[in-house]
Formats: sequence, C-alpha cells, structure tokens
Amino acid sequence: MREIQAAQIRDTVRSLILQASYVIGDDVRSRVAGCLAEEPSPSGRAVLSQLLENYDIARQERIAICQDTGMCVVFLDIGQDVHIAGGDLTQAVNDAVRSAYSEGYLRKSVVGDPLFARVNTKDNTPAVLHTRIVPGENVSILVSPKGFGSENMSAVKMLVVAEGVEGVVRFVVDTVKNAGPNPCPPVIVGVGIGGTMEKAAELAKRMTARPVDQPNEDPRYAALEERILNEINALGIGPAGIGGRTSALKVSIATYPTHIAGLPVAVNLCCHAARHAQALL
Amino acid sequence: MENIRISLPLDPQQVKTLRAGDTVLLTGTLYTGRDAAHKRLVACIERGEPLPIPLENQLIYYVGPAPASPGHAVGSAGPTTSYRMDAYTPALLERGLLGMMGKGKRGPAVIEAMKKRGAVYFGAVGGAAALISRRIESAEVVAYEDLGAEAIHRFVVRDFPALVLIDSLGNNLYELGPAQYRTDGAQA
Repeated sequence: MREIQAAQIRDTVRSLILQASYVIGDDVRSRVAGCLAEEPSPSGRAVLSQLLENYDIARQERIAICQDTGMCVVFLDIGQDVHIAGGDLTQAVNDAVRSAYSEGYLRKSVVGDPLFARVNTKDNTPAVLHTRIVPGENVSILVSPKGFGSENMSAVKMLVVAEGVEGVVRFVVDTVKNAGPNPCPPVIVGVGIGGTMEKAAELAKRMTARPVDQPNEDPRYAALEERILNEINALGIGPAGIGGRTSALKVSIATYPTHIAGLPVAVNLCCHAARHAQALL
Repeated sequence: MENIRISLPLDPQQVKTLRAGDTVLLTGTLYTGRDAAHKRLVACIERGEPLPIPLENQLIYYVGPAPASPGHAVGSAGPTTSYRMDAYTPALLERGLLGMMGKGKRGPAVIEAMKKRGAVYFGAVGGAAALISRRIESAEVVAYEDLGAEAIHRFVVRDFPALVLIDSLGNNLYELGPAQYRTDGAQA
C-alpha cells in the first residue's frame, strides 16, 4: 500500500491547469504549422499564422491561450494499492481549481445552478472529475480545461445498428458541418463509439486529449479516422470557418463493446486551443 | 490584403461601404457584452428605462475577458460565439447599435435587422485571445459589475484586427468563403 497525500494531488492538479492554460502541446502546434504550409486559402493562412503567434505569446508571457479557460475536466486513474491520505480527494481537486484560476489570471466561467439562478461561483469550481480504479500504486492525472464554444457543438446519437460504418461517418461529418465556424476550427474531433450513452460521451471526451500524431491502434479504425478527417476537410469550412481546407486537425476514435441492439456514437469537438496536461504520481 | 482603417464609434456612411471579407483595423472605443448583459439591456428597453451605455453608432464586442495580470490592461480577450446574442440583437439595432463583433453564425432575424439598420458584423479570430489582448489599451467596467467577466466593459483599442463577416447588404463570409473551397461535390 502506497500513501499519497491529498495535498500532493492538489498541487499537481494546480500546476497542470496552469501549464495547460498557457502552453499548447507540441503535437498540436506542429500540426497547425503543417496545415499552414498546405492551406490554399490566403485568409485561412492568415488565421493559422495568428494562431501560431498566439500560442507563442501565451507561452512566453504565461497568459491564457484563450480567454475561455473552460470548465476544468480532471481524469484520475488511481492505483488500487494507493491510499489517499490527509483529506478529501474531490475537495483537493476543487482547491486546485480555485487556486489556479484565481492566482493564474484565468477566467471564472462556472455557474452554480445550470437553469434557474446561473450565478457565477467566482472560483471556477466545481471541476468535472472522472475517476477510475486501476491496478498498481500510481495516480495518473489528466487535466483538460474545456471551453464551451466547441463543447456546445458536440453531440451524442444512438444510431440504428443497420446504419453501420456509413451512419457513423455521416453523423460525425454532419456534426462538424452543422457547427461550421462556431467551435473555432480547425477542431480536434473526439469520437466515442459503443458502450452506453454516457460511456460513448466519456470516450469522446478522452479522445480530444489524445496526441494528434497518434492514430488508433486498430488499422480499421485508423483508416476510419483518416477517411472522416478527409471528408471534414472537404467541407471547405477552413480556419475560423471563413473558407479553406484546414477544418479539422485530427479525428480520434475510441471504442467499447456495446449491446446487440445498439450503436451509440458521441462526438466531442475541441477547438484549436486544445489544452491538456498530464502527470504521473 | 489591404487593411481598412476604422474609427470607433462607427461612421454609418463608412459602414455601408464595407463588404464581407474585408480586413479592418479598429481604433477607438467599444463596449463589451455577452448573454447576461444583453438580457439586462433588452429588459431595460422593454421597461422604458435609460440604458447604462450609449448605443448610437456603437460597436458591441462579444467577449468575457480573462483577468488582467500585472502590467496589462486586460487578460486574454478573444471573441465568444455570437448566436447566443441573436435573441437580443435586433432590439439593440433598433436603438442605434451599428456593429457587433464576435465569432460564428448569425440567425436570419439578425441579418434582416442588420440590413434594415445598415449595420455590420465583424469577426475576430476565435482563440487568438492573447494576441488580441495586446491591441486593447485600456479596459474599465461601466455596467453590471456583479456579472464579473460578463460585465459591460469599455475598451479603448488600437489597430484591433478584425474582418467583415456579414456586411450591411447581408453578404455572409461564412457562406461565400467555404463555398470556394468545398470539394465534396455537395451544394452549399
């Protein structure tokens, strides 16, 4: 049994939030730079150049890449041989959010009640916390602050089994097409296929954080990722939605076994300010 | 592309000459507002009460800025998605508003109201928020301070980069731009 202090998790989550908010991943930056070289639209190239400059300013000056610093999604994979001591785990994560958002000059974008009062909690709490118990004695932490321009354009659909591969392709491409300029293209398209409704959605969310240079391990799904990406980029949406070839940077698919009667598909869109950071304790 | 220089508040004659796709540099004073502030402004109009900001020939920028770090006027301050303001925009255009700036599509009722008013919808690049913040020289809260980031701010901007998304004739860059680069064979 290994003991990990709740305070250590709090401090790690706090620094991951700041890192994610200021520093874009090398994989995303390289992909945007690569798309700039290929983009035929002059205004599309101008937008991509602005995005690269924006990443660099944010990193150098340690200011937020985007003013929508998101609702904070935290994934914890907790080894079953770990004992978390010295406090409440959920509170530790929320303390990290409170501290990072106030001391890091990040915008507080969370309202306490979603429907009636909608009063800002003023410290960006609570986080959305996903925990899994896994073998071993480590704690793996993935922090993913999620802006709502792209979150609002996401969708889940319970397809009829007979719709098959073509149905999945159509649903994902249509979701991006209907979103048009709203989710801040070029987007990363996280896709969850299978499981139950909420399982598909969680897989899709996790896929927005997969490195954009990492295809699905199953060659059939890797080919499907490529096919959907090509169809999205044929839509002409382009950077910022004003026309061009670069509408998405990556399509990432994750799957899970499902029921004989079902084919759940979830599409979680993530903007080009694709902010994630992770650590292993 | 040649940038068109625009002084704020807007000049109605100049606005009529702008066309979808034009790139512009904005200099002068504008106001910020998001969903919550728009809801209050329209409620004010409906009750016949005075508004806390002038609307005649003004530009409203849809933004909720991040807090300013020491030495800066404002934190990151890119545009938010505009359709959430669609329900309120026609009422503000009727009261003299001449321009909006944000990102994303607008509904048909907004575009009709814009044509009637001779107004313009500018776009700033969503997510280019750190870069944009450098063109904002000062920021102060002028109304609804309790809304935090959603309060109405007055910004003084210099050479703020934007482009014309929808012009006063209703030409829409979100239709014209992608149509040039579609290769899937479908009709727009």
